[in-house]
Amino acid sequence: MSRVVVTGLGVLAPNGNGTDDYWSNTLAGKSGIAPISLYDASRYPCTLAGEVPGFDAEVRVPGKLRAQTDHMTHLALAATEAALADAQADPAAFGEYEMGVVTANSSGGTVFGQRELEKLWSKGPEHVGAYMAVAWFYAATTGQISIRHKMRGPCGVLVAEQAGGLDAIGHAVRQVRREGLRLIVTGGTDASLSPAGLTAQLTTGLLSHRSDPHRAYLPFDRAAAGYVPGQGGAVLLLEDYGSAVKRGAPRLYGEIAGYAAGFDPGSRHVLPRVIVKALTAAGAGPDDVDVVFADALGDFAADRQEARALRELFGPRGVPVTAPKTMTGRLYAGGGPLDVASALLAIRDQVIPPTVNVADPVPGDELDLVLGEPRPAPVRTALVVARGFGGFCTAIVVRALP
Amino acid sequence: MSTFTLENLKEIMQSCADQDSNPVDLSRNFLDVPFKELDFDSLAVLEIATRVQQEIGVRISDDAVAEMTTPQAVLDYVNRESVA
Repeated sequence: MSRVVVTGLGVLAPNGNGTDDYWSNTLAGKSGIAPISLYDASRYPCTLAGEVPGFDAEVRVPGKLRAQTDHMTHLALAATEAALADAQADPAAFGEYEMGVVTANSSGGTVFGQRELEKLWSKGPEHVGAYMAVAWFYAATTGQISIRHKMRGPCGVLVAEQAGGLDAIGHAVRQVRREGLRLIVTGGTDASLSPAGLTAQLTTGLLSHRSDPHRAYLPFDRAAAGYVPGQGGAVLLLEDYGSAVKRGAPRLYGEIAGYAAGFDPGSRHVLPRVIVKALTAAGAGPDDVDVVFADALGDFAADRQEARALRELFGPRGVPVTAPKTMTGRLYAGGGPLDVASALLAIRDQVIPPTVNVADPVPGDELDLVLGEPRPAPVRTALVVARGFGGFCTAIVVRALP
Repeated sequence: MSTFTLENLKEIMQSCADQDSNPVDLSRNFLDVPFKELDFDSLAVLEIATRVQQEIGVRISDDAVAEMTTPQAVLDYVNRESVA
């Protein structure tokens, strides 16, 4: 089976505009969680979020395309440009059918959608823009990346809330192998920070209602009270290993070595199985794993389920566990890809990024949480776990190249 | 009702076009050039029709939009409907 490697990263996260910015802030423990600035959130129960700082769509996205797409797609288009530049990959140098696009999406284009729906009920149907027909769809981002870069091979979108981003990467790997692609754009970005986007999520009861950015999202902590939402994510460029070496790709961050997914609304039994399956697919065992990037929902019951699965598989305090998403909030479809990017950077720099703000971990969890400070450590194999609302559960194993 | 002129249409077309990488050349005689050749896809034509509706208050049916294959066809439709 051919090796599929990551050759380019494009990161747009609440604590970092660009991969280098994100990584240095993450290692420094700098959080991007703050009061919502995009709209007046003072009368809503959720007032905090992670917004991508200093992202100017007018500079990063061409005019016509900007008007035709939602902010989630603006972020993805810019992240794709960054990933292509990082990999020094010019799409024109590839065959159009040798390239594909598989992204994940969770919320759809809620900012665009809300704006046009407001026109619908306040002014009438003739005032709704034509691009409402495509801009708020889950598949809009994949479609626009495909059109922009003439990537005409297999394209698709995965929708599984926070698990979807890892599912997209898993499917992208499958498409490279099955269709013999040379290059595929994958990952995801979400941007549901609008009144409609967040109100739709209130019924889950999982959003944190706290107003102190340092106390709002505390996974594995006794004071856990839900999670803070964020926008952004990461786009990854995947290539067939042989093809990447042949064209002289400047960086091989690592390989996507194993992937597995399961579904169980109870989520109690599926998580350990999915992790074992992903490790088996990578030809690895628990002893090989140097770090776990946890799902870290911040919900008491869900945190205990994840802690138990990790404790049973790796033993008490058997593996370093971290959740840099405590600095970004949960990014939905963008969350898994951002964790995979972090895992690859951890492998590059031999350092585990920290979990912030968690001060009082639940003792019975017996997790070796990397708290407050980054931890230098040999990192060769990383496990990334993500769960999506409703029962989605996915794991990916990322590994350094030999 | 104000009349809908060639200049109005040009303005709308410019705002629907990609000014950065693919500006529309509306200096030459473009009225009978099919939208497709001007790099306006079907959604872009629908967007033009939507903007025209908003500006002059003339209702344009979906069937009528489908027949608007050139800028001239848009002008003809609007002028016909405005008179009626």
